Amino acid sequence: MTTTDGDVHPVIDSAISVGIVEPQTLIFDQSLELACGRSLPGFELVVETYGELNADHSNALLVCHALSGDHHAAGYYPGEQRPGWWDQHIGPGKPIDTNHFYVVSLNNIGGCSGSTGPTSINPDTGQPWGPDFPIVTVSDWVKSQALLADRLGIGCWAAVVGGSLGGMQALQWAIDYPDRVASALIIAAAPKLSAQNIAFNEVARRAIMSDPDFHDGRYAQQAAIPRHGLMLARMVGHITYLSDDMMRQRFGRELREGKVNFGYDVEFQIESYLRHQGETFVDRFDANTYLLMTKALDYFDPADVHGGDLSQTLANVTARFMVVSFTSDWRFSPARSREIVAALHQGRKSVSYAEIDSPDGHDAFLMTDQKYDTCLRSFLEQNQTRGAAA
Amino acid sequence: MTPPELQSDLTGLRPDLAAIVDWIEPGSHLLDLGCGDGALLGYLQDEKAITGYGVEIGIDKVTECIERGINVIHADIEAGLKEFADNSFDYVVMNQTLQATHYPSDLLGEMLRIGRQGIVTLPNFGHWRCRVQLGLLGRMPVSAALPAAWYDTENLHLCSLNDFEQLCTEKGLEVLETQVLNHNHSNGGLSARLFPNLFGEVALYRVTKIRGDQ
Repeated sequence: MTTTDGDVHPVIDSAISVGIVEPQTLIFDQSLELACGRSLPGFELVVETYGELNADHSNALLVCHALSGDHHAAGYYPGEQRPGWWDQHIGPGKPIDTNHFYVVSLNNIGGCSGSTGPTSINPDTGQPWGPDFPIVTVSDWVKSQALLADRLGIGCWAAVVGGSLGGMQALQWAIDYPDRVASALIIAAAPKLSAQNIAFNEVARRAIMSDPDFHDGRYAQQAAIPRHGLMLARMVGHITYLSDDMMRQRFGRELREGKVNFGYDVEFQIESYLRHQGETFVDRFDANTYLLMTKALDYFDPADVHGGDLSQTLANVTARFMVVSFTSDWRFSPARSREIVAALHQGRKSVSYAEIDSPDGHDAFLMTDQKYDTCLRSFLEQNQTRGAAA
Repeated sequence: MTPPELQSDLTGLRPDLAAIVDWIEPGSHLLDLGCGDGALLGYLQDEKAITGYGVEIGIDKVTECIERGINVIHADIEAGLKEFADNSFDYVVMNQTLQATHYPSDLLGEMLRIGRQGIVTLPNFGHWRCRVQLGLLGRMPVSAALPAAWYDTENLHLCSLNDFEQLCTEKGLEVLETQVLNHNHSNGGLSARLFPNLFGEVALYRVTKIRGDQ
């Protein structure tokens, strides 16, 4: 449809979509002490909210984003064709039902979509932070999200929800603020990264850092962008988001021109797909943020303080947990989710677990699937008004 | 797996479930292997303040449990229960499940590793109707407790009550309590009490390790 200002919109059905959304920037003046020992003098968070906060503030649900996500989880920006990254799951009547929940979605610190991060100006130098931005951890994010909850008048989230790195934040929330999380929905996550996971992240980082346009991370001052490195990083990452079966099904060994050309140009469809993924990513993502996000993943290990004993780490959690994994996910396989489940049931905590049969690999958490959606919906319905005001 | 004849009684709870409920101490910690839609756990949670989990292989049943507010773990009980620690539950229940598994003997061992007591319910292949159908008519038995035809049944390892009791003896398990049921008298009547292996259609056992800690 065409609006009065001439923008072309997809047809937005207000019965199932949160519609046109607008992000807001919240400014926090207080200093934020970080796990690395440094601190941010203050910070900004870009936030979107969907649905209405009820009178007793008991229906707030926090959505935590994954590696390349941001605050734009649902609805449309004026003039844009693509909705937010989890629009299939957030909206009226959807599994995260905005008729019942007040949904809060933010861009994390260190991100590149408006919250304070490497592309922001460092007040000490007047220049972009770039590589000098402190390395942030999942715990740091949760701490900043707790300040956001305070600001919004939310004492206890009815639910904290996330997939992949977002799921790790939900887990950390339940550990760090047990009385502020009534339920935690942890999807396609792991209690810590494996050596293989870290290895893939390291390849991605090396790709970025060895790009001649990286300039030790000060590429902004050089008016350069390490495009090739960031593209390669995304390509490698993307392979880990898909399953072998799904790649075979979707691309097989299909050739773009129907024959091999005995050269190094794009020949197989999968090559073309990966390059496209890499190229579009470079236009919307910052290389320093990518480095930070992969480090936050690598460092995530909440059980480390208890000598690796996750059950002991979870001894004080009170949230009801739901853990979901996908059969074809090999980045964070079902076995990794079961580690979280086992640690919880060994501590007699409230936990349910579902392993969804899906060919879509790690990316399945972003997609819609009747059984997956039913699990999310059923769990969240149990927890609609279990939150509390600040 | 549960025969339709056993699916409800006047209290709203199936007679086999009602019998299990009687055996459970209030406030105990329980693992229900093959928990289905979570009816037993839901009832025990409400009426006996138990804690615990169901384990269920079918995703639709898992969803039903979640809707009931039951803690359920979506898993194949035969793929391993290693994540459950020794003696971590007061009871491990297998209701109409053991006979549908590939390795019932191993699973029985696992039950009593994880739980201090095991509660098992089984269809009785030694019931007189089964004997008549197989022994006189030469046909695989179909009955209230065994409703499916041989090619349709989920049951893999059927046994009589005597067979099961012998397996318990071989595995060093002590039967603490038994009850038999049939589809028209919930307690199976006098004949079933006197001759359970002949007149009981479904049997319930409460077992423990002979030298285990109870």
